[in-house]
Amino acid sequence: MSFFNWAWDWVTTDANWHGEGSIPQQILAHLGYSALPLLIAVAIAVPAGAAIGHRGGKAGVVVSNIANAWRSIPTLGLLTLLAVFLGFSPLTWLLPLVVLAIPPILVNTSEGVAGVDPGVRDAAAGVGMTAWQQVLRVEVPIAMPLILVGLRTSAIFVVATATIAAYVGLGGLGRFIIDGLDSSQYGPVAGGALLVVILAVIVLALFAGLTWLLTPAGLRKQSRTE
Amino acid sequence: MMWSWIPANWSLIWHLTWENAKLGVLPALYGLVISLPLGVIAARWRWFYPPVLTVINVLYAVPSLALFVTLIPAFGLTDTTVIIALTVFSLCVILPNVVAGLRAVPAPVRQAATAMGYGPLRSLVTVELPLAVPLIIAGLRVGVVSGISLASVGQLIGVSSLGYLFIDGLQRSFPTEIYVGLVLVIVLALVCDLILVAVRRMLTPWTAGPRERRTARAARLVKAAG
Repeated sequence: MSFFNWAWDWVTTDANWHGEGSIPQQILAHLGYSALPLLIAVAIAVPAGAAIGHRGGKAGVVVSNIANAWRSIPTLGLLTLLAVFLGFSPLTWLLPLVVLAIPPILVNTSEGVAGVDPGVRDAAAGVGMTAWQQVLRVEVPIAMPLILVGLRTSAIFVVATATIAAYVGLGGLGRFIIDGLDSSQYGPVAGGALLVVILAVIVLALFAGLTWLLTPAGLRKQSRTE
Repeated sequence: MMWSWIPANWSLIWHLTWENAKLGVLPALYGLVISLPLGVIAARWRWFYPPVLTVINVLYAVPSLALFVTLIPAFGLTDTTVIIALTVFSLCVILPNVVAGLRAVPAPVRQAATAMGYGPLRSLVTVELPLAVPLIIAGLRVGVVSGISLASVGQLIGVSSLGYLFIDGLQRSFPTEIYVGLVLVIVLALVCDLILVAVRRMLTPWTAGPRERRTARAARLVKAAG
């Protein structure tokens, strides 16, 4: 049997949709495990990125290099290390996912804000905007398409990686994959994998919509032609 | 931290590091080999690129563990499964950079090559590809660094890598092992990254100086637009 046969048989088995640890329950749990770290990462990385981008100069290069090194931190290693010290505390799964989500948002926000046309900046200062107003009302909105691309990358990373969190005893769709691997049952392994992929593709589509909504109207035409 | 554990397990550590390096670096090289012809085609015939980019974005959304799992029926719990899955991921980060690098070659440069009697192939190989090297290597860096980090996840399907130290360390509640694994993954990734930076300097001696900063910024933007 191929992957899709296994996955399809398992997903369409009625019993898997009811009771404790059913598919709908684990999808909800998975979304919860993904949303919280993303929100925390946004709260850290967007202000930090905007500040670095607004300042300009060499900071952007430094941030980009740090972000590249940061990518090498293995999520599984961080997760197991925290599990040894903290057990099943919320920090155990939260921290590795926040660490994973920060670099794309940080780099894109700082690049997006730094890349705002100097003429536009001057105009904003010229009409009497304070530094705060320039950042919040001009630079961040203009950088929004790029910021959202970073956020999308992070969201995909987190939805995909929340799978590994099942390894330290959490719920979510990774539960099916890890338990299936342990008990050599390929049905839940394939089915769980398929559901994660579908969830990730839905996230991609959501971001396409979100990008359109949050991009200032004047920039929409421009970003479509890219 | 139990330092004496390290010399006592030297051969295991060395073996796992070598396996992890192989599982991280080979896929990036395969990804490069596949990306070059695809990138050349995408840069020449523009209609070819948008559908390819969509496929790539969806593939990149697949969780690494899920992709390993989908390949198990075909390739079993082997190195091949991990290498194929990671090749797909590296393709997703390298191909966009190859296309961007080739498209960024200024038209006058190409016209000059034509005027000097270069055919399309000779112009591609001796003029356009060398000029695209900084961006291509920028993509390769991301591919290698994240590949080395992701290879540790292969341990969850039983393919040996530094991930072994994470999982064994968790099962035995022995943090020393996890520290060693974390440090080795990060050091391995950074060493490969530095080698690639050195290769880029060697291949593109003309980029030293202020122009290098411009290409570096272009590379970061492509990464940001990722």
